[in-house]
Amino acid sequence: MMLEITLRHAFPGFTLNAAIKAPPGVTVLFGRSGAGKTTIVNAVAGLLIPDEGRIASGDWVLLDTGRGIRLRPYQRRLGYIFQEGRLFPHMTVRQNLGYGAWFAPKNAPREKMDHVVDMLGIGPLLDRRPAALSGGEKQRVAIGRALLSAPRLILADEPLAALDEERKAEILPYFERLRDEVSIPILYVSHSATEVARLATTVAVLESGQVVRQGQATEVLGDPAVLPMGAREAGAILTARVVAHHSDGLTELDAKNVPLFLPHIDRKPGEMVRVRIAAHDVMLSRNRPDGLSALNILPGVAQEIHLGEGPGAIIAIETQAGRLLARITRRSVQALELVPGAQVHAIIKTVSVAPSAIGGGGHEER
Amino acid sequence: MTNWLGPDEWSAVALSLQVSFWATLVSLPLGVFVAYALARWNFPGKQLLNGLVHLPLILPPVVTGYLLLLTMGTKGPIGGLLAEAGIVFAFRWTGAALAAGVMAFPLMVRAIRLSIEAVDPRLEQAGATLGASPLWVFLTVTLPMTLPGILVGAILAFAKAMGEFGATITFVSNIPGQTRTIPSAIYAFLQVPGGEDSALKLVIVSIVIAMSALLLSEIVSRRVAARLEGR
Repeated sequence: MMLEITLRHAFPGFTLNAAIKAPPGVTVLFGRSGAGKTTIVNAVAGLLIPDEGRIASGDWVLLDTGRGIRLRPYQRRLGYIFQEGRLFPHMTVRQNLGYGAWFAPKNAPREKMDHVVDMLGIGPLLDRRPAALSGGEKQRVAIGRALLSAPRLILADEPLAALDEERKAEILPYFERLRDEVSIPILYVSHSATEVARLATTVAVLESGQVVRQGQATEVLGDPAVLPMGAREAGAILTARVVAHHSDGLTELDAKNVPLFLPHIDRKPGEMVRVRIAAHDVMLSRNRPDGLSALNILPGVAQEIHLGEGPGAIIAIETQAGRLLARITRRSVQALELVPGAQVHAIIKTVSVAPSAIGGGGHEER
Repeated sequence: MTNWLGPDEWSAVALSLQVSFWATLVSLPLGVFVAYALARWNFPGKQLLNGLVHLPLILPPVVTGYLLLLTMGTKGPIGGLLAEAGIVFAFRWTGAALAAGVMAFPLMVRAIRLSIEAVDPRLEQAGATLGASPLWVFLTVTLPMTLPGILVGAILAFAKAMGEFGATITFVSNIPGQTRTIPSAIYAFLQVPGGEDSALKLVIVSIVIAMSALLLSEIVSRRVAARLEGR
């Protein structure tokens, strides 16, 4: 299923003009707040009717202003996970979970309640009411409620933004499982590079109502010219296989035959992981450094060099393990005589990779 | 109780309960509908409807009663039509219920409207995205969350109906056993020598009924609130 969205909608002082293709998997709408991400999701859900637009997947047409088709929200069969959960306060968790299933067509393909409850670990909460749940628990129930409504598409509007770091780390794996275990496409709004790196199959980068870049996550995040959240948030994704856990607490990964050493990752050997390497954690050296404490030294070739307005620069480096971004100063660019095509060594300190930057699943590079 | 209250007083109490019960019950669905329309919809004439609903609250009750007599009496435009269909309000207990219902309506609508406005529309949106049509969203989300307000509105209306005097006596007069509710009976007892004793008993009954209604509403709305807060 490929969801195709084209929208034009004028707000006072701001026009949304976007065309997005969402293939199966997670499509992340990525950008700053105010870029128009939530407007797009609300238009897909039918909570906002745009001036002009078409939202369809094959012969399943949700909206076509040209032909006068505007399905009401309840006719669209979407599972919407809101930022603030929006659980029904007068119902128990069990009743909340069952709400959508009640309205779904009887023959719609649907997830089993037990399976979803297990997957989200909300079994002990079933008889409680939302007021007695923590923020993270509420959001897990909200995921389950959306999933159990037998949706044809799942929408998530910054579902983690209202949570603290610990709760985010608690919920992210559930979205990874959703992506890997459920075959429903997911449209996910985020302004967090970490979430994009861990979840996205496809990324659409939005800036003031326009889609500035769209493509596979590794491709888009590895492009030094696309920095929707600024240079500080730049970082590329490597996909790698877990090889072994060493007794000194390190996990050895294999990224296309390049060994990587990272702090312990809670995954079994053989599993695929996605690792986000922040650009400010990558150092560059023209010669292979000797006697250096950093464990990961990846030879590569400099590609684009993107000079920002400040003192910094972002360099894309093609290594055997995949594309990396490095954020260094312009002064270093000159000192190292970096030009596209220059041979460099990218140096990644093992301890600088945060556990939150490592996610499960994902797919082998195609 | 029947010994303590004489047959005349007893008949007034029973009639008042009957009139107020039916006045509340019949106007409740309409009250919920009007409150919902005022809280959630935008339509031309909204302010007119709002004014019309509140009119009995500010008009002298006698005026409301007289207007009812003009329109709903057997010779009135609406009352005449209904009389042909066999529904008569004039000088019947049903007329007393109608007058009480009209007078209590603004209080009921205000209480319900406030509680509907307190329901987060984003929850209603959530219901819609989960496949519930507007009617189902109303029945499964808005209505249950409004329940405390509806109860308060109903109890307020019941208490107001119990005390209604001016519109009732103007519209359906003061006929023992037919339209003589507690307030009319108290008024009548005070007009005759030696009636103070009966009047006082009815006053006590009024106070007891009113206090019980308030207590009941308090208990019920606390329970519902506790449920919503997950206790």
